[in-house]
Amino acid sequence: MQKYSVFNLIKNAFSSHENWEVAWKDPTPKKSYDVIIIGGGGHGLATAYYLAKEHNITNVAIIEKGWIGGGNVGRNTTIIRSNFMHDANGRFNEFSMDLWRNMSQELNFNVMFSPRGIINLAHSDAQMNAYARRGNSMRLNGIDAVLLNRKQVKKLIPMADFSEDVRFPIFGGLMQPSAGTARHDAVAWGYARQADSMGVDIIQNCEVIGFDVIGGKIKGVRTSKGDIKANKIGLCVAGSTSILAEKLNMTLPIETHLLQACVSEPIKPLLDHVVTFGAGHFYCSQSDKGEMVMGGDLDGYNSYAQRGNLPTLQHVLTEGIAMFPFLSKLKMLRTWGGIMDMSMDGSPIIDKTHIEGLYLNCGWCYGGFKSTPASGWTFAHTIAQDKVHKLNADYSLNRFSKGYLLDEKGLGTKTWIS
Amino acid sequence: MLFIKCPYCGIRSQNEFAYGGDATVKRPELNKEISDKEWDDFVYNRKSPRGKHLEFWHHISGCRQWFKVHRDTATHEIFKTLKPHEEL
Repeated sequence: MQKYSVFNLIKNAFSSHENWEVAWKDPTPKKSYDVIIIGGGGHGLATAYYLAKEHNITNVAIIEKGWIGGGNVGRNTTIIRSNFMHDANGRFNEFSMDLWRNMSQELNFNVMFSPRGIINLAHSDAQMNAYARRGNSMRLNGIDAVLLNRKQVKKLIPMADFSEDVRFPIFGGLMQPSAGTARHDAVAWGYARQADSMGVDIIQNCEVIGFDVIGGKIKGVRTSKGDIKANKIGLCVAGSTSILAEKLNMTLPIETHLLQACVSEPIKPLLDHVVTFGAGHFYCSQSDKGEMVMGGDLDGYNSYAQRGNLPTLQHVLTEGIAMFPFLSKLKMLRTWGGIMDMSMDGSPIIDKTHIEGLYLNCGWCYGGFKSTPASGWTFAHTIAQDKVHKLNADYSLNRFSKGYLLDEKGLGTKTWIS
Repeated sequence: MLFIKCPYCGIRSQNEFAYGGDATVKRPELNKEISDKEWDDFVYNRKSPRGKHLEFWHHISGCRQWFKVHRDTATHEIFKTLKPHEEL
């Protein structure tokens, strides 16, 4: 594989950049593979990469219905954080943070990881207490957390509304200074390029039509490009999980819902943190291009549409303006939607299934991007060793029936309430 | 914007309604022997189909009645709305 470096950039300039190798090939599928990963999103690509790198399994295919980077890995708001209260979530996502910190070097691809810090605003004394508790839990798990008072928040984000007479005055906030953002497309491309170079076949525009299960064991998939055999298959398809589960006669603790995001027109550098509104569901950061990147609530009803409705967007942006009044002066550049695999406790599932050789990676709700590297790493381990790693042991499929829920937000099974 | 026909009030905008989830899920009978699997299916497991979906909605900023909506989860087309006791 051709390395990306300043020397190669200069060298290729002499041939008008016409001789760069392709970043990944476009192979025809083989008859069989050791492992098939269904879903060429961030998590699927990362899984294939770590299968090759950590477990030396390179006879791997990624099957993607559309094109890589076209699903949620290209639709999220790029936030990376590990500010969780529960031990399992904290440990998992802090492991993810470690992988993020080294990702550009490891993938030889600039993923523009920017640890600019995330601030969760608090709007009452009770919320400050809750944040203090969460911050302490984080610190016990070795995650950086700083409780900020109103004055300290004002110093960091003076453009927020600090008037006294607003409905939700800012009391303070919880900050994770090491959190941040990354260029989401680059994550998909970086993993794809490295996986491809180690022998993984990335097969795009190939839809899974059915599965071959014989005697409780997975034997292969039927696709729009023919049948492909494999004794190990990993499902990594986010919002489409329930569609594939139905083909396997499985009913999962998941509902597919719609989430919208939007960006404003680009403006000069203003906001150098990720900030979330504490009295509703709204978050905001500024991209390197200067756009304000914003998102919030689910549209609130089961949907596979990948496009949303105006009322939710209006609701979310009303919260945005309550937090940052200057937003009302900006024009909206783009809005879009993605479909989320909402699990019944808000935490993901990375586990084996009752079908031998079939592995499940789903339930990321609206927070899958930050976990991309750890998800790929642990899923690759689960597939390669046929057993879960201690990092994803708590993300089991049977935790619902056993009563070991990981309900970080305490919302219960109404996944559309957020 | 969804326009939903409340069976009691007629067509209103989505803003007046709250979602209530899959309407095909039935609570297991109380005075019967219930397996853990049945409880599991009732509490957690959902079909979440791509296509036609029967679901509960609540006219929360209107008449405050619950009712059923038969809707397509891929196109958002609404086929029919029913009172809660009515079947498709």
